[in-house]
Amino acid sequence: MLFRQAGIFHTNYAADRALFPISADRWMIGILLLCALAAPLLVNSLYVSSYLLPWLVWTAGALGLNLILGWAGQFHLGYAAVMGIGAYATVHATRAGIPWEIAIVLGGATASIIGIGFAFAALRVKGLYLALSTLALQFVMDWVISHVPAISGGTQATLQAPDIRLLGWPVTSDAGLYYVALIWCVMVTSFMLNLRRTALGRALIAVREKDFAAAVIGVNSFYFKLVAFSTSSFIGGVTGAILIGTFYHAVTPEQFSVDVSIQALAMVIVGGLGSIIGSYFGAAFILLMPGAMNTFISWAATQFGFSFSIETLAHLPQALYGALIIAFLLIEPLGLGKIYSNIRDYLLVWPFGYVKK
Amino acid sequence: MDWALLAESAVNGGLVGLMYSLVAMGIVLIYKSSSVPNLAQGAMTMLGAYVVLAFANNAKAPIWLAIILAIVTMFGVGMAIERVALRRLAGRPIIMILMMTLGLEILLRAGSMTIWGGTGRPMPIGISDDPLFLGPLLINRTYAVGAAVAVAMFALFVLFFRTRMGVVLRAISDDYTAAWSVGISVERGVALSWAMSAVVATIAGVLWASVQGVDQSLAQLLLKGVTVAVLGGLDSIGGALLAGILLGIVEGVAASFLDPLLGGASRDLVDAAMLILTIMVRPHGLFGRHDIERI
Repeated sequence: MLFRQAGIFHTNYAADRALFPISADRWMIGILLLCALAAPLLVNSLYVSSYLLPWLVWTAGALGLNLILGWAGQFHLGYAAVMGIGAYATVHATRAGIPWEIAIVLGGATASIIGIGFAFAALRVKGLYLALSTLALQFVMDWVISHVPAISGGTQATLQAPDIRLLGWPVTSDAGLYYVALIWCVMVTSFMLNLRRTALGRALIAVREKDFAAAVIGVNSFYFKLVAFSTSSFIGGVTGAILIGTFYHAVTPEQFSVDVSIQALAMVIVGGLGSIIGSYFGAAFILLMPGAMNTFISWAATQFGFSFSIETLAHLPQALYGALIIAFLLIEPLGLGKIYSNIRDYLLVWPFGYVKK
Repeated sequence: MDWALLAESAVNGGLVGLMYSLVAMGIVLIYKSSSVPNLAQGAMTMLGAYVVLAFANNAKAPIWLAIILAIVTMFGVGMAIERVALRRLAGRPIIMILMMTLGLEILLRAGSMTIWGGTGRPMPIGISDDPLFLGPLLINRTYAVGAAVAVAMFALFVLFFRTRMGVVLRAISDDYTAAWSVGISVERGVALSWAMSAVVATIAGVLWASVQGVDQSLAQLLLKGVTVAVLGGLDSIGGALLAGILLGIVEGVAASFLDPLLGGASRDLVDAAMLILTIMVRPHGLFGRHDIERI
């Protein structure tokens, strides 16, 4: 089939440590990347700007959350707040005349500095208490963002985001915005892919498994928790800025409320903790599901002659979303990434299934 | 400084706080028996209120009968949640369990709005709106009733934990492996604690609904409930009661000073700040056990 492996036979360390040890993976990723580059030519621009673009941006966001949750094993229920900080900082910086490329880095840095605040909770408590304190910090951030007029412009205000300009060129077309999102998503993905081959990634995994065991083998778990929180906050902040710049074009406090934090968490859990391709699946699943549910409900309603009230139609997709999260946790707790890797493991040695043993 | 205003907001705050501790008691009951932090308690409160209204309006039951029927129904709902969703997650990492309760929160909240609609409705339980005069202080009658019910529930739990079933639950919360090995059915005990917490949620739902009406905002009691539960120590019901009074007073007094300064809505900020402070300074709360993992 695709992989044509009959076992793993590396003859030198370089082959073993390669980013993609199996050549079929390289081919598949290359083809996917070409498809992604050609997408604005192949697909209707409506689909590009309303499905592909938010999917890529949210995937980058989910990868940032996965860094802290799946790699470093620390809870973060306030990820949307961090994204909001990045978004607001970037919008204010661009409105003050700073070029957009620098502004998103500034936004990421602001998010990263404030995100370290979350890390100080992590230095003190862990597990459930960390989850609760990050949740409380999310509420505090929400409150600060919406109640300080200098940040949000007032409780009900919407702040218009200036158009993106890259190296002085205005980016306004759907395809251009899509490429901005694509570049960011590819950057985050390649960072995450390489992370597990570096000392930093291995240290984070050691901290996740047991922080005092990590300390025994000489990994400073405080330091790496701080690094994990600030890195993930940086990714989150820039993702928030790009989400505003390419998709929403205006920023309001509700875009980064606690529900959005839970949504990002659901992407990581449904996709699979610590799985990169899982983050892609999880983001796609969580983003596409409400639309698909609406279509399904209206199809079922006409097919079987139900009639729903407007309120029922408004809340049913949300209820099914909750039910799906529950179903995933019960049926496949390791998420879509695990399902993918099961299929891949099967195909890897197909038709020589016995070599696995 | 206006002392009468201060005293009034403190007394009313304390009574509101006792109503918060009704929500917190449900969280504590579940955490005690199974170490599951139930982030769906707010949604269960909301569901309880909706079920009462469903019995009262659709089945035309008188309100006291509707409340009793709803309590029985929610007892079953609590059992079912434990049986279907939580039992299979026993022993999984806490992130999965937290996500499960968040999923339940979304399902219960959106599910009850799917069935009954999201427009706010009154909960007529026949408490008059006239304030109660206590010397110069004006006291909200509903808050006073709610506080009395909270204290009564606490007394009931104290008595319950002295019965045979209550001793079983205490054994499970002490050490569930040891409880298992002496032949206690841990699953049944945990299911019972879920059912009891669903019942407490229903009572909290009725009382809070008579204050603010039946709608989605009942689910937002979760933050208050969690704050009170953590402040009191996650495994202490008495702690939840006292922490409720404390949080209520702090919130009431702080809100009466901060609201004019910050332009309203400072209550949630005070809650979140209390939660963070508790976790930073004393994560095991006022009366919790000291075996909470710290770094």
